[in-house]
Amino acid sequence: MANIMIRQNAAGGLVFYLPKRDLEADIQSIEFDTPEKWGGELKLENGGSYYVDPIPKPARLPISVRAKRLGAAED
Amino acid sequence: MAALTREATEALIAEVLEVYPEKAKKDRAKHLMINDKTLESSKKCITSNRKSLPGVMTMRGCAYAGSKGVVWGPIKDIISISHGPIGCGQYARAGRRNYYVGTTGVDAFCELNFTSDFQEKDIVFGGDKKLAKLIEEIEQLFPLNKGISVQSECPIGLIGDDIEAVSKKAAAAIGKPVVPVRCEGFRGVSQSLGHHIANDSVRDWILSNRDGQAFETTPYDVAILGDYNIGGDAWASRILLEQMGLRVVAQWSGDGTLAEMENTPKVKLNLLHCYRSMNYISRHMEEKYGIPWLEYNFFGPTKIAESLRKIASFFDDKIKEGAERVIAQHKEMMDAVIAKYRPRLEGKKVMLYVGGLRPRHVVGAYEDLGMEVVGTGYEFAHNDDYDRTIKDMGDATLIYDDVTGYEFEEFVKACKPDLIGSGIKEKYVFHKMGVPFRQLHSWDYSGPYHGVDGFAIFARDMDMTLNNPCWSKLTPPWVKKDEVAEKKAA
Repeated sequence: MANIMIRQNAAGGLVFYLPKRDLEADIQSIEFDTPEKWGGELKLENGGSYYVDPIPKPARLPISVRAKRLGAAED
Repeated sequence: MAALTREATEALIAEVLEVYPEKAKKDRAKHLMINDKTLESSKKCITSNRKSLPGVMTMRGCAYAGSKGVVWGPIKDIISISHGPIGCGQYARAGRRNYYVGTTGVDAFCELNFTSDFQEKDIVFGGDKKLAKLIEEIEQLFPLNKGISVQSECPIGLIGDDIEAVSKKAAAAIGKPVVPVRCEGFRGVSQSLGHHIANDSVRDWILSNRDGQAFETTPYDVAILGDYNIGGDAWASRILLEQMGLRVVAQWSGDGTLAEMENTPKVKLNLLHCYRSMNYISRHMEEKYGIPWLEYNFFGPTKIAESLRKIASFFDDKIKEGAERVIAQHKEMMDAVIAKYRPRLEGKKVMLYVGGLRPRHVVGAYEDLGMEVVGTGYEFAHNDDYDRTIKDMGDATLIYDDVTGYEFEEFVKACKPDLIGSGIKEKYVFHKMGVPFRQLHSWDYSGPYHGVDGFAIFARDMDMTLNNPCWSKLTPPWVKKDEVAEKKAA
């Protein structure tokens, strides 16, 4: 489990940030993206994937959440 | 137009790597790349923020350097104690030329070295008592300090001193923030982790101190983050922002104060110059206080205009007009600088190897002068820095991460740049090779280089160095005498 931060970039897309490793990557897809359920599996543009327990969609980004690493895409 | 073609650059890298043992060669190969502007991400081409190889010459610093030297040191009314043996603090004292307004030793303390001067007995019995006494003495001798930070050197982590407990007790006793910073030099691979640790300690001990207190805001409040006022850089930046109608509430951390930092959560926009050393606190403020942050670049008129417009886009029409007015106001002066120096510098090639932001930020300023950057690299960048660099650099240019002394020399011999911009550790090597050199860490005791005032100085300094007649008179010690004679005859 790792603390991650999800923020919105200027283009409106979601960006994944892992402070511990200074890893920043665009999020390609998010499993659940509805007002009541938000989160699930995150697919990153660098090939990695993380799992975030679904929560109600946050009112404002960025948000820090706990995430589980699914796919080992890191170098 | 690059100095070398892609194939030639590839061949150069292969040739340079040839001398390494197999394992080292494989590792170093990952840190060198040839730029390709079409790339979106640097990840596949370059590896960064990794441990330097044993046995090579690296230019990197340590976590203590990143925390005490870069982030905490320039805050003028906080006393940063170098807690541990005396050398770390003494040899780094006032070396970074972070200018400030204030009376040193009375209400400003950047240039002084405060240290607990560890002796053998402190290593054996622990230094907590010494630290407590030291803080007490500081408070007595320098009552105008606004706070104290305890910057750990390596032994503190090794012997397991509890500086947090001492700091907490001392803070209660003197009624000022005392911040323990766990920036022991052995942490991480370079000074980069020191920046992160320093940012985290500011977040935990300083940032929220004035939450809920009244503060008279305006809709145009901004903070300058990641400008360390080297040679007066932050002042040259600040003046532009103020001319366009913004109110600069805080400078982090060059010429900055504790009060400014505590008031930063009340600003409307954080302006981030050095992304590498202060993105952490910007991200935190974005999450906690909803303050957006923006990277800007105040090197050279093209980038200044671009950045001013970008900054103005966050505000109303008044600021947007202000930005245009500032750009127009300085245009004549900028054009005069370019008209004077561009003919003398046009077409010259530059190689860079600097720290956190300059390898990409100064590219625009060189281009404004008609110069071309043929190679660039960072000491301690991460991949997000390289993502940003790819767009700024020309195609087929060389990019090197944590370059070794040997590699850098070989690259210079092959690329034959007309000017090198790097630090003091590289300076004299290249001087002896007869290559013009400017320090881009400390601006070679000149500066400021930021902003419009800085650009005029930047252009003058580059011209002064590059067109200095002394370079052709130098013979490197390894060039044999008869070769020189031949050259002269020819």
